[in-house]
Amino acid sequence: MSQSATSRPVYRSPFDLPREEYLAPGHSLCAGCVAGMIVRHLLKVAGPNTIVVTATGCVEVSTTLYPYTSWRIPWIHVAFENAASVASGIEAAIKVLQRKGVIDPNKRINVIALAGDGGTYDIGFQALSGLLERGHKVLYVLYDNEAYMNTGIQRSGGTPLFAWTTTTPVGKVWKGKWQQKKPIAEIVAAHRIPYVATANPAYFIDMVNKFRKGLEVDGPAFIHVIQPCPTGWRFDPRYSIKVAKLATETAMWINWEIENGEFRVTVPVPKRKHVKHYLRMQGRFRHLTDKEIEEIQRFIDREVEYINKRLGKEVIGPLVE
Amino acid sequence: MQEVKWRRLPLNSNYAVAYAVKDCDVDVIAAYPITPQTTVVEKLSEFIANGELDAEMIHVESEHSALSAAIGAAAVGARTFTATAAQGLELMHEMLHIASGLRLPIVMTIATRALSAPISIWCDYSDLMNTRDASWITLIASSAQEVYDSVIQAYRIAEDPRVLLPVMVAYDGFIMSHTYEPVYVAENPEVIREFVPRRKTWLTLDPDKPITLGPIANPDWYYEIKYQQVVAMEEAYKVIKEVDEEFGRRFGRSYGVIEKYRIEDADIVLLTYGGLFGTVREAIDAMRKRGINVGGLRLRLWRPFPAEEIIESVKGKKLVIVLDRAISYGARIAGPVALELMSTMYRMSEKPEVLSVVVGIGQRTVTEEDIAEITALGMKYLEEKRVPNQTIYWGVRA
Repeated sequence: MSQSATSRPVYRSPFDLPREEYLAPGHSLCAGCVAGMIVRHLLKVAGPNTIVVTATGCVEVSTTLYPYTSWRIPWIHVAFENAASVASGIEAAIKVLQRKGVIDPNKRINVIALAGDGGTYDIGFQALSGLLERGHKVLYVLYDNEAYMNTGIQRSGGTPLFAWTTTTPVGKVWKGKWQQKKPIAEIVAAHRIPYVATANPAYFIDMVNKFRKGLEVDGPAFIHVIQPCPTGWRFDPRYSIKVAKLATETAMWINWEIENGEFRVTVPVPKRKHVKHYLRMQGRFRHLTDKEIEEIQRFIDREVEYINKRLGKEVIGPLVE
Repeated sequence: MQEVKWRRLPLNSNYAVAYAVKDCDVDVIAAYPITPQTTVVEKLSEFIANGELDAEMIHVESEHSALSAAIGAAAVGARTFTATAAQGLELMHEMLHIASGLRLPIVMTIATRALSAPISIWCDYSDLMNTRDASWITLIASSAQEVYDSVIQAYRIAEDPRVLLPVMVAYDGFIMSHTYEPVYVAENPEVIREFVPRRKTWLTLDPDKPITLGPIANPDWYYEIKYQQVVAMEEAYKVIKEVDEEFGRRFGRSYGVIEKYRIEDADIVLLTYGGLFGTVREAIDAMRKRGINVGGLRLRLWRPFPAEEIIESVKGKKLVIVLDRAISYGARIAGPVALELMSTMYRMSEKPEVLSVVVGIGQRTVTEEDIAEITALGMKYLEEKRVPNQTIYWGVRA
């Protein structure tokens, strides 16, 4: 049904992005927070003819403290669990109002839903599935900091195995979260929508080109972005991008996309690092024993095998360090 | 100005809603099926399917999403509609407060239904009464014609720049939603659209003029923003009356905020709302024939509460019997409207006695005989000077 053909050029370097800023500085996101960077570049790609719906969460509370706002484009927040439903309403309204001539029918308005892991994996999951099934032309961007950071680091469906959070504390009995992270992007992909991708801000050009594609397809698009959180993951704010990069270098985070059914790994990793390099940088994994780290490594090895098998070639290489 | 041409159709209240929504040229409908509301959306789907209404139907996956989508649509300037009942209304409760807080002129109809558990599909007003403090203007109709007219009025009220609050139009589930009455609908809906013209009266999400809608407000601002809703409700009270009067001048039907029936010389007043008022009127006629000085009062507007009109109407009466079809559990006066009436009357120097009676819970049948017996009981209490300061649960096997 769609082509990703392209009013926007492919981005090859940061200089290809517009200079205009649509997320104003002065917001109150934490030092080192990558969410600000994700949103800033998302808006550069989307441009001014864009309406953003943000679920309750870090980005919402940090950018719109009344009477101030960081948003230079029309923006709405309604609640935690319904960014997808609100976006559906906006998209449908634009469609009918353009048909009736109330809104200029030649104007192309992007509709973006932006939510964290709590608002997507957990409380907003039903609304998201509804949007995908109905096929609204909405780009849904998930910024995943792997816990309820806005309320103070509580476990979510996106929290990885063994991670410490304030509701999965490390004690005599509990040793962090005891379940795996929910494979949300694959669940979304199972809805057979035109575009699904995972992205990592450390692979910036890859990320912005995915935003571009997500805005161009004719139907729902979903982009799952990893967002290292110095506050909740317990690392020095200056290392946010380093941590993000290690996530991909260890294959804890694989950058892939499914465009009209075709699966691709967009950032191949020929030589893979051991997960300990990623885990040991973060206080939330400080309690892990070597045995537990090996358990995570085995899980990642299986994931890598699955991806390579799916592609029929080795895009994620062997463990070398 | 074009003259309206009426067509007399046999419609139930659900279909009356659908005709009104079509005649108001609504842009976006987001709804989820729930008995007894469902046929509203079925009829609207037919209208869209047949090209009689140009609207987007969002087949949402829940009522929470229905109102969420309506909020999104209204936020970009669309005329929006949704309908629900009971559990659906409860599921969207969170969104009720946000729709009004964002000051979006959404119109919703409620085919009222008892709340689970135990699950019941039948009528009472426990769903509607739970929305009392959500800052929605709430009209309760008592005939299919009034439902049609009220939905049209609702868009005028909601979109009035002095108001900008969402409006609910409620009516009895099944008792009205599924029973047919003759209803005059416009054969030339342009006339209705003239009455509810498309006006951009509220701030919308427009890329040419970006705004931030739904920010976070801390203690230094939250209160002021919520107080604006208090003011809007006060303004709404005037606008509701204005719109109803204008509707009356234009189309020959108006309802006021309360309806009075034979109360001028009455000593005893039966106060209720919704379709039950039809039974009450019949009962009054029968009792009048037996020489009982009784009249009726119907609450058409629940929020904002028509305090002045109510006080005027009950002044000098001996007894007001309030028939509520909802229970505020644990309250001594457990009928929500009885409670409201008593607090409204508190400052009256000479006030009538009030008897709070709960009837029709889960659509337990209320007959004219019940009304007559309740009235007789009230008169006995009055005579013996012992009108109880607590609710009577009529007809319960306890």
